[in-house]
Amino acid sequence: MTSGRVVLVTGVSRDLGRRFARSLAAEPSVRRVIGVDVVPPRGDLGDVSFVRADIRNPVIAKVIAKEDVDTVVHMSIISTPASAGGRGTMKELNVIGTMQLLAACQKAPSLQHLVVKSTTTVYGASNRDPAMFTEDMEPRRAPRSGYAKDVAEIEGYVRGFARRRSDVRVTQLRCANVIGPHVTSPITSYFRLPVIPTVVGYDPRLQFLHEDDLLAVLRHATVEDVPGTFNVAGDGILMLSQAVRRLRRPSLALPAPAVGSLGSVLRRARVADFSPEQLAFLTYGRGVDTTRMRTMLGYEPAYTTAEAFADFGRSLPATGGHADRVLAAVQDQLDRGAARPLPTLPASAAPTGGPDHG
Amino acid sequence: MGDAEIIPIGTRGRPGRGTGKQPSSAARDLAAGRPAPRRPQSTTGPETGPGPAAGSRPEPVEESVQVQPVQPVEPGPAPAPRVPVTTEDRDPRGIPLSDWLAAFQHAAREVFGDEWEPQLARLLAFLRRRVTGDYAVDEYGFDQEITERFFMAALRPIAEKWFRIEVRGIENVPADGGALVVSNHSGTIPVDGLMTMVSIHDHTGRFLRPLGADLVFRMPVLSTLARKGGATLACNEDAERMLRGGELVGVWPEGFKGIGKPYSDRYKLQRFGRGGFVSAALRTGVPIVPLSVVGAEEIYPLVGNVTWLARLLGLPYVPVTPLFPWLGPLGLVPLPSKWLLEFGEPVRTDEYDEGAADDPMLVFNVTDQVRESIQQTLYTLLMQRQSVFR
Repeated sequence: MTSGRVVLVTGVSRDLGRRFARSLAAEPSVRRVIGVDVVPPRGDLGDVSFVRADIRNPVIAKVIAKEDVDTVVHMSIISTPASAGGRGTMKELNVIGTMQLLAACQKAPSLQHLVVKSTTTVYGASNRDPAMFTEDMEPRRAPRSGYAKDVAEIEGYVRGFARRRSDVRVTQLRCANVIGPHVTSPITSYFRLPVIPTVVGYDPRLQFLHEDDLLAVLRHATVEDVPGTFNVAGDGILMLSQAVRRLRRPSLALPAPAVGSLGSVLRRARVADFSPEQLAFLTYGRGVDTTRMRTMLGYEPAYTTAEAFADFGRSLPATGGHADRVLAAVQDQLDRGAARPLPTLPASAAPTGGPDHG
Repeated sequence: MGDAEIIPIGTRGRPGRGTGKQPSSAARDLAAGRPAPRRPQSTTGPETGPGPAAGSRPEPVEESVQVQPVQPVEPGPAPAPRVPVTTEDRDPRGIPLSDWLAAFQHAAREVFGDEWEPQLARLLAFLRRRVTGDYAVDEYGFDQEITERFFMAALRPIAEKWFRIEVRGIENVPADGGALVVSNHSGTIPVDGLMTMVSIHDHTGRFLRPLGADLVFRMPVLSTLARKGGATLACNEDAERMLRGGELVGVWPEGFKGIGKPYSDRYKLQRFGRGGFVSAALRTGVPIVPLSVVGAEEIYPLVGNVTWLARLLGLPYVPVTPLFPWLGPLGLVPLPSKWLLEFGEPVRTDEYDEGAADDPMLVFNVTDQVRESIQQTLYTLLMQRQSVFR
């Protein structure tokens, strides 16, 4: 058992990172999985060996050299400022962390593969967006703050790394909003609100990726040797209004500034991690084209956008849906009424024209 | 205090008009077929004796109808032979469910005819699908169900009854596969686009997918309606994607220059943008169908433009027409001009070779060809038209 990959996974303290590292350890072509993070993971890591190290300092280079790592999967890109301990820390973890990690990778002669989990947030969201972004399109409005800007910078560093180490296979996965019963992210905490605030007059298009699909596509990209940048999302589109109706939750249409300030109140109250760039997303929405994911990367998501959302919604109790219950009751009554004979109508009230015209 | 004079208002619930001292003769005749015995005023009704104080309101008329029978307080000369008024409490649950159901079925039969049950079941199923979000939209956000059942149904009477649209050359619109419909643009508000969508759908069964300016997608409500109705942003990426997907795409290359031109410039085609629509058609090899619309220029004759307000609101223009804003919302009613829509001979683009879309000279030539063809058809249609409204 000396052959096989040695994979280093960053960001294993969080649930998705931990589960990914565990599932990767079960792959036959992988000899060893090393999980790295600043804090130890809460759950069970299984066969994964955990190294407590900060990717923001050069210690990580020693880990890569000592363990003879040939594959690095960078998952430690944080979208929630609250979990990182503030926007400043989040930016530092994201941007400085990636810089240090890539610097360490550049110095490691053993390294052959780099997989980076990016996000479709890099495309931004504006009224001038095309309906579906392909991988070679640029955002129409360059992101100026927050998570989107972090990711744009990270992608810049990764491109720079790919130029300097052309012998390393680099795969970037731009994943749509990951959703699922166990995911905590700005979008899932938004949909977990009992009453969902929406921007009045706008109905954005949404795309989701199921958490299982995220793990599977990362595994696929780690094991298969396909370089490039790929959009990853479930098939199809859901409109926000449609998504809210499917959850059977009431929505509250507010003007955009009110949604923004409500979001910051919720963020401060730690109720929901409602990031400011999410407002643009909830106004204009976004769609990405996944043709390259199918044809070049050779990955087919198991869940469509609608199925992923349904799986997420299953864990949430409905707080609305009264209209449907009323309609269902009427339908029920109608079905029962059809079973027994109709009450006779007075002759004067019967339709006089007869059905021959229709 | 007690001897204050009471001026009664009304008849205090007793029959007849007048002073209220005694029933009128007509009322007496009606009472029991014989004259009612005269009684003192205080014995009838719930009031006993004169009112408690001056200025107190006379008892309302409804007081006389009570659940309990009224007992005369003082024994009069002869007790009233009237049967005591009693009302029975109705069914405390209100109207019984079976009555509701019967009325409901009755109404359903009136509305839907004899086939009411399946019709109603379909309507209910539709409503339930809508409220539970159980419907599909395509990747541009196009909601076919709501477009067909709601938007088209709402626009159809306007197209048929108000503008009396006459469609010519509909056979030039391909029955399937991608095609690009290029039309002139006019009318201050893009009503011509909506009418073209309805006309094409009603004559061919296909949905025209309009390309809209980014302004449309910046505006609340409008952006939602546009996406639901099948529109997407007018950019090369989306145009090519839709055409490759075999959609029938509509463009109005004049844009705001065309729609917001003054009435004096009517039926003069403006510049056709940068010819982006032609390069999209060349890249995808789909035919270009020129469409000439006559009648839309006259619905809101644009005689002025509030430039400062337009700049303030970030709009291309704020129109002033002979009726708007002078008549307020009434000025928004379009004038009932007679419309003619003529689809011209398709311009084929699949005969050019590979790099044709990147040849600016060729793109300009094709653009001009399409523009000329629309302009010529406009002139011909204008010659044939008897008047603006007929």
